[in-house]
Amino acid sequence: MDALAGLFPNLYLGFSVALSPANLAYCFVGVLVGTVIGVLPGIGPLAAIAMLLPLTFKLTPVAALIMLSGIYYGTKYGGSTTAIMLKLPGESASVVTCLDGYEMAKQGRAGPALGMAAVASFIAGSIGVLLIGMFGPPLAEVALLFSSPEYFSLMLFSLIGAAVLVQGSMVKALGMIVLGLLLGIVGTDINSGMSRFTFGVTGLTDGINFVVIAMGLFGFAEIVANLEQGSVSRDLLFQKVKNLWPTWNDFKASWNPMMRGAAIGAFFGILPGAGPTIASFSAYTVEKKISKNQAMFGKGAIEGVASPEAANNSASQCEFIPTLALGIPGSATMALILGALTIQGIAPGPQVMTQRPDLFWGLVASMWLGNLMLLILNLPLIGIWVKLLTVPYRLLFPAIMVFMAIGVYSVNNSALDIHLALLFGLLGYVFIKLECEPAPLILAVVLGPLMEENLRRALLITRGDPSVFITRPISAGFLAATVLLLAIMVLPAVRQRRDQMTEEPAHS
Amino acid sequence: MTVIRQQDFWAGLMFIGFGLLAIVVASDYPMGTAVRMGPGFFPTYLGAIMIVIGAIATGRALRVPGKEIGRWGWRPLLWLSAAFAAFGLLIESAGFVFALLALIIASSVAGRDTRPIELIVLIAVLITGSVALFVYGLELPYRLFPWS
Repeated sequence: MDALAGLFPNLYLGFSVALSPANLAYCFVGVLVGTVIGVLPGIGPLAAIAMLLPLTFKLTPVAALIMLSGIYYGTKYGGSTTAIMLKLPGESASVVTCLDGYEMAKQGRAGPALGMAAVASFIAGSIGVLLIGMFGPPLAEVALLFSSPEYFSLMLFSLIGAAVLVQGSMVKALGMIVLGLLLGIVGTDINSGMSRFTFGVTGLTDGINFVVIAMGLFGFAEIVANLEQGSVSRDLLFQKVKNLWPTWNDFKASWNPMMRGAAIGAFFGILPGAGPTIASFSAYTVEKKISKNQAMFGKGAIEGVASPEAANNSASQCEFIPTLALGIPGSATMALILGALTIQGIAPGPQVMTQRPDLFWGLVASMWLGNLMLLILNLPLIGIWVKLLTVPYRLLFPAIMVFMAIGVYSVNNSALDIHLALLFGLLGYVFIKLECEPAPLILAVVLGPLMEENLRRALLITRGDPSVFITRPISAGFLAATVLLLAIMVLPAVRQRRDQMTEEPAHS
Repeated sequence: MTVIRQQDFWAGLMFIGFGLLAIVVASDYPMGTAVRMGPGFFPTYLGAIMIVIGAIATGRALRVPGKEIGRWGWRPLLWLSAAFAAFGLLIESAGFVFALLALIIASSVAGRDTRPIELIVLIAVLITGSVALFVYGLELPYRLFPWS
């Protein structure tokens, strides 16, 4: 077990970084903000990280990474509170927690549901952190062998994975990806120096920053959609939460589902293109299938809270494995976090792990500390978060608008970016109306220029022979997996199940 | 021809439109060869793929049952757009404070149930908070007022 032998000195380095007072403070701020964002419905982790990016400009790269990651996994804890108390997903990965969590709350068991959600998240999060430490470095070593064909095939796999596993129509998701790739190449072509798709606007020659696109598609468009529905009355029936600690029987019933959830989460986390939302759906579906307690699912089964919450959290941690080891983001949120690293002047890739071990291991250690902080934040302080749910949206959304505007402007100090964000906001609203999920588009925006460059290099080396993608084994493996993924999805039976899984819980 | 699934029908047409746009614009860029891909190579192929995807989405929409596109929220759409546009137009000429003021007022008009006293408190809190956090705390180099 090479992976374990090297783990302890590295973890020691990591904790020495993460336990410095400043980094500890940034971790705390990150998870605290993350919890708030997670609790508040109508604003997701992606828009939150994009909005708060300017807060990290003055920080060291380690501190910036620690804080942004904290915001991300913090939202996973906060999201379950809203799901249980209001039957509203605080963020998309907690949709399934609504089903049994809210039922438990109706039966007066909001306390154990919240408690179990926090405990399951913590245990699965800790497992996830351990997996990053164990599998990140070996994967990075493999990645050092990658050259252009491998990178191109891997990115193709990520994108197809993101399209297949997203909610709703797969054809439209593929369209969104191609559109994202095109948006990604707006600006000066690095090879020919030619300006592409700039329509004569000089401000576009550096390309469109993906923060601008993310803020428009996720922030602006969401607010319009929320306001259009008019004032939503929130039925907060249970203001007082008592008895947070689940009973012994609750624990016994939840342990195995929690472990299975963590495993399912780890799988979908590592798989590029997947992520926490699909992980929590799958974990819930699996438990519902194999549980002895089937009749209780949907009627307040604690397993129905423990398992998706565990999956959700281990997936959100394990997403960092391909992102950090390969330097290729597996999801839109990961793309933002890597973007923040780039702003800090660090080129993402497998070399980060050997050149900047403090960065990687500091992050790993901080994630475990962050999970511990979140456990404390979410158990004794749960009352505060429940109170937060009573803040009306009419006070929240102008504040979100302010943060978005400043966030967009601060990236390049450019007023053009504000107008571009507005344009993407309008486009995002059209996407919402046409039920086109924008997350794969963001991922494609980031991968677009990288894919073009790697395709170009691969073909240059082989003098235009595309067979290089299938003669090199790792590249062929990714392509085979991509084809398999597409083939499976075209099978009518699988497609039907996929539609059920991704559409049904969201609408019930 | 009855369109049953409107979302997919229009989404497909949208993709076809974007695909055509990409190909037309990219036709000005040299294609190069497979060995030396020119700047037109990647976008042209992407545009073609997008047209195919759009055609599939539109074609399938004619057969698969679905629901109608709901009504559009013109009021929030217009006022929130005005809010962002105002911020973008004012930030460099009128400074941070007035740009934020315009942004917050236009935003709150977008929501239907704003109360005047709340709005005043909101303006005061958000502007002082942002100035303290971004201009003093993070030292972002923004002019506060047109005269400063």
